[in-house]
Amino acid sequence: MAGKLKIHVDQDKCQGHARCKSLAPELFELDEFGNAHEVGDGSVPAGLEDKAWLAQTNCPEIAIEVTEE
Amino acid sequence: MSDTASVMPEHPPVLDWIHDFDHTDPRWTENPYPIWEELRKASPVVHTERFLGCYMPTTYQAVREIAHDTEHFSSRRVIVRDVRPETMNPAPPITSDPPVHKPAKQVLLPPFTPDAMKKLEPRVRAICNELIDEFIADGKCDAAARYTKHIPVRAIAHMLGIPEKDGELFIEWIHGILELGIKDDNALMAAVHEMSAYFAGHIEYRKTHPTDDLISTLMKATDGNGQPLSDQHVLGSLRLLLIAGIDTTWSAIGSSLWHLARTPADRKRLVAEPELMPSAVEELLRAYSPVTMAREVMKETTISGCPVKPGNMVLLSFPAANRDPAVFPDADKVVIDRKENRHAAFGLGIHRCVGSNLARMEMTVAIEEWLKRIPDFRLDPAGQVTWSEGTVRGPRQLPMLFGKPS
Repeated sequence: MAGKLKIHVDQDKCQGHARCKSLAPELFELDEFGNAHEVGDGSVPAGLEDKAWLAQTNCPEIAIEVTEE
Repeated sequence: MSDTASVMPEHPPVLDWIHDFDHTDPRWTENPYPIWEELRKASPVVHTERFLGCYMPTTYQAVREIAHDTEHFSSRRVIVRDVRPETMNPAPPITSDPPVHKPAKQVLLPPFTPDAMKKLEPRVRAICNELIDEFIADGKCDAAARYTKHIPVRAIAHMLGIPEKDGELFIEWIHGILELGIKDDNALMAAVHEMSAYFAGHIEYRKTHPTDDLISTLMKATDGNGQPLSDQHVLGSLRLLLIAGIDTTWSAIGSSLWHLARTPADRKRLVAEPELMPSAVEELLRAYSPVTMAREVMKETTISGCPVKPGNMVLLSFPAANRDPAVFPDADKVVIDRKENRHAAFGLGIHRCVGSNLARMEMTVAIEEWLKRIPDFRLDPAGQVTWSEGTVRGPRQLPMLFGKPS
């Protein structure tokens, strides 16, 4: 069984393309400038793992880190 | 068109694309994709002596390196032209470099978030239906002239708080700046001056009659030092919103409808599976990215191993990056449910298009409303599709017939 996933948006890389928010609205939120942040501490609830990877592979700035705990 | 001295000599036809490319050549305008493939196979960065010297990165990687490198590449000129006069009439933040770029951009970001676009969406849906009402009974239309062109104009006018009917003026100015201006300096300056005078009037009026539109938002904003933006800065940003917000999205919607007119399988699938719309919009943005930007080389460096020297411009082709097979399998194929799609249609790095959420919403709504009312359509064989030249690529004539072929 795979470990739990955790996501993090690198604020130095994020440019606010908002692809992650569109693909995985449960996992990302946007600030007033439209830049993305992980929801809470970035823990990915069970069942949303595919969405986490989808967001990661579609970010044009390669700003999303996904780690397995 | 004009016989004044401001018009540059006609460009000789290109005989050697790899060493003498020209993005205003009619073959590039008609079908640039095989040309880009040839250039990409030759080198990650190619050069032409035209336009007083200009490079073009041909791979996704090379485009990415340049877009992220604000030390060696300046944005002060964002269009590759025959001439390189003193930079005037800046349009912050697109023509800004660090450190002034960030505060200029932050002023514009909050009005263009996805949530802000949701509020605008009902008006855009209504605009689309008002336009369709005007031609649907004819059974055919030029979709570029009657539909795709008017959606972004009216949407941005609505946001700015100016009459939607002034859109025809905007279209003329943008044509002067983005197309004629590459080779005709007078056409460019005339358009810039008319546009500036128009907006100066709207700014003056709001000094005594404040509103809650985007012009007033800019007038109330402050720069990085807490000072109000100058009238010149507000004017420049308004110029940018108009120039960048109109024929870009006009082109993206037009190319999307052009694709769907020629590809019944994708059209039927989108009608049957509307939940595919988000990935389809991203794929259409990738495959038919309208916008090519420019940079100016400020300091010598290397890009993907190729030396790049100051004094040259860079044709920063996000559309070519998006056709790079090293990053996108089947890059020349439109796959409307493509799963991995890091396309660069809105740029990469600090100059990411501020209006990307607006453009996506307009594209989505424009395609959805069209498909609801006109699920079957095809190119009219009696007409001709024509494409814009230069910085922004999209259909400028798009004759369509509605209904199933009889």
